[in-house]
Amino acid sequence: MNSSAKNQDPRPKNNIQNFSSSEFPNFDICIIGGGPAGLEAGIIARRLGAKVMIIDDNPVLGGQLIKQTHKFFGSKAHYCGVRGVDIAGILSKEIKDLGFDVLHNATVVGYYDDDIIGVLQHDKLLSVKARAYIFATGASENMLAFDNADLPGVYGAGAVQTMMNVYGVVPGKRAVVIGSGNIGLIVPYQLLQAGVEVAAIIEIMDKVGGYYVHAAKLKRAGVPIILKHTIIQAQGRDCVEAALISKVDGKYKCLPGTEKTIECDMILIAIGLSPLCELLYQAGCRIDYIPELGGHVPLHNEDMMTTQKNIFVCGDLACIEEASTAMLEGKIAGAKAHEVIYGETKQGKEIAQQAKRELAVIRSSPFEQRITYGLNKLK
Amino acid sequence: MDGYLKEHPILEFKRGKKIKFFFEDREIEGYEGLPIAAALHAAGIKVLSFSERYNRPRGFFCAVGKCSSCLMEVDGHSNVMVCMELLKPGMKVRRQKGKSQKQ
Ligand SMILES: Cc1cc2nc3c(=O)[nH]c(=O)nc-3n(C[C@H](O)[C@H](O)[C@H](O)COP(=O)(O)OP(=O)(O)OC[C@H]3O[C@@H](n4cnc5c(N)ncnc54)[C@H](O)[C@@H]3O)c2cc1C
Repeated sequence: MNSSAKNQDPRPKNNIQNFSSSEFPNFDICIIGGGPAGLEAGIIARRLGAKVMIIDDNPVLGGQLIKQTHKFFGSKAHYCGVRGVDIAGILSKEIKDLGFDVLHNATVVGYYDDDIIGVLQHDKLLSVKARAYIFATGASENMLAFDNADLPGVYGAGAVQTMMNVYGVVPGKRAVVIGSGNIGLIVPYQLLQAGVEVAAIIEIMDKVGGYYVHAAKLKRAGVPIILKHTIIQAQGRDCVEAALISKVDGKYKCLPGTEKTIECDMILIAIGLSPLCELLYQAGCRIDYIPELGGHVPLHNEDMMTTQKNIFVCGDLACIEEASTAMLEGKIAGAKAHEVIYGETKQGKEIAQQAKRELAVIRSSPFEQRITYGLNKLK
Repeated sequence: MDGYLKEHPILEFKRGKKIKFFFEDREIEGYEGLPIAAALHAAGIKVLSFSERYNRPRGFFCAVGKCSSCLMEVDGHSNVMVCMELLKPGMKVRRQKGKSQKQ
């Protein structure tokens, strides 16, 4: 034991000495998460001259983009009309050209004293220390509680999208989808493209949650979207064999006698995402509950700085939104993280200002009212 | 090898070498470099473990290394996240029961 008596901190002490750190010299900026937000943050910080490292737990960069085969919405400047998977390719190439340090298949598992992070890569535990951190860990899919919800065959909709579009494996033949937000509309359409049957989309509200164009494509393909219904049970012995649904009243209470069974071997849950902010709790950043932004989110200012001045956030972690806004937030975080280390530069200031202007334009759309309302709570 | 998508209007799947691995002592074919979970599902195996108290079957949920619903025993190690761990020739994969005793 070499802990000193003056340290009365009740938290368990971390075995930092077990980390092998020799391979990684100190970095200016370490980015955790290689999705659109983290990649843009890295590109900007690197272009401004910082020594940057990106850590991501997948074999390839791109985050959620690598499974998105559909063409994106938005403006030309934000890759409108380009497929998500191709945007991932464009950003990865830029990273390669800029000569980055990238740690693939590496998961950041903890934030320790003295601003050191622990990184698990295969069987090795590494330590990395940077002068500033940009967290861009994205979000995880929400689970829904219903009878037998733990039965194999109940999957996250994004999970099935990963299996199908990244690995070419579809874990079922006939799906029921719960939730009709954009994910709940896009994933079933991609299932149809892969030759999988979609029995129905179940939505508890009285209208479709996602964009009308996506819903229209499904209607044309003959997929029913059943409104004012919810799932109450997954049926089957070892795996899903059917979904039991029920109609709900105006207060979302199930109406007895309206139950219906739909045969299926997959139930896809598409009811929303929650920011992955566990590491930020460890880092001492303040987290608040703001449902409009996705639940528990790290408090941050317009510069994407958290309550710790060396820690920045961007993308779905800061607010569940979309790839274009994630990239713009990434640009701001990259420029501002560079600024805390090297001081303000003309180029960095311009990049951040431009990104803020573009964000304001996107968020002025009526679809984004909820987000704007949530962002105002940050102030 | 029926569970793999062969034709797709947009995507083309580049797969690794065809290899053999073991599921509960049964020899199965898969592609090297795929996550173990993907190879198992392509072979029709959806039950990955059994829960600790009630012995209920469990499958994957998130497929991106976040939820811990897909923990299995791989080459004698328990609690391996098979949605992230990549397949290698000769791997021995078993359904995990509860927390499992293996180190
Ligand atoms: C089905 C679907 C359809 C969509 N369609 C559109 C669309 O049409 N247009 C649009 O603009 N947006 C769309 N989006 C949203 C968009 O994909 C996301 O908003 C965007 O990917 C968020 O980017 P991000 O970088 O914040 O997070 P992500 O893309 O989630 O990237 C985060 C990365 O960090 C990694 N990571 C997390 N934790 C750790 C850790 N501890 N250590 C190491 N790495 C870690 C993750 O594995 C991941 O690679 C869609 C999303 C989905 C799921």
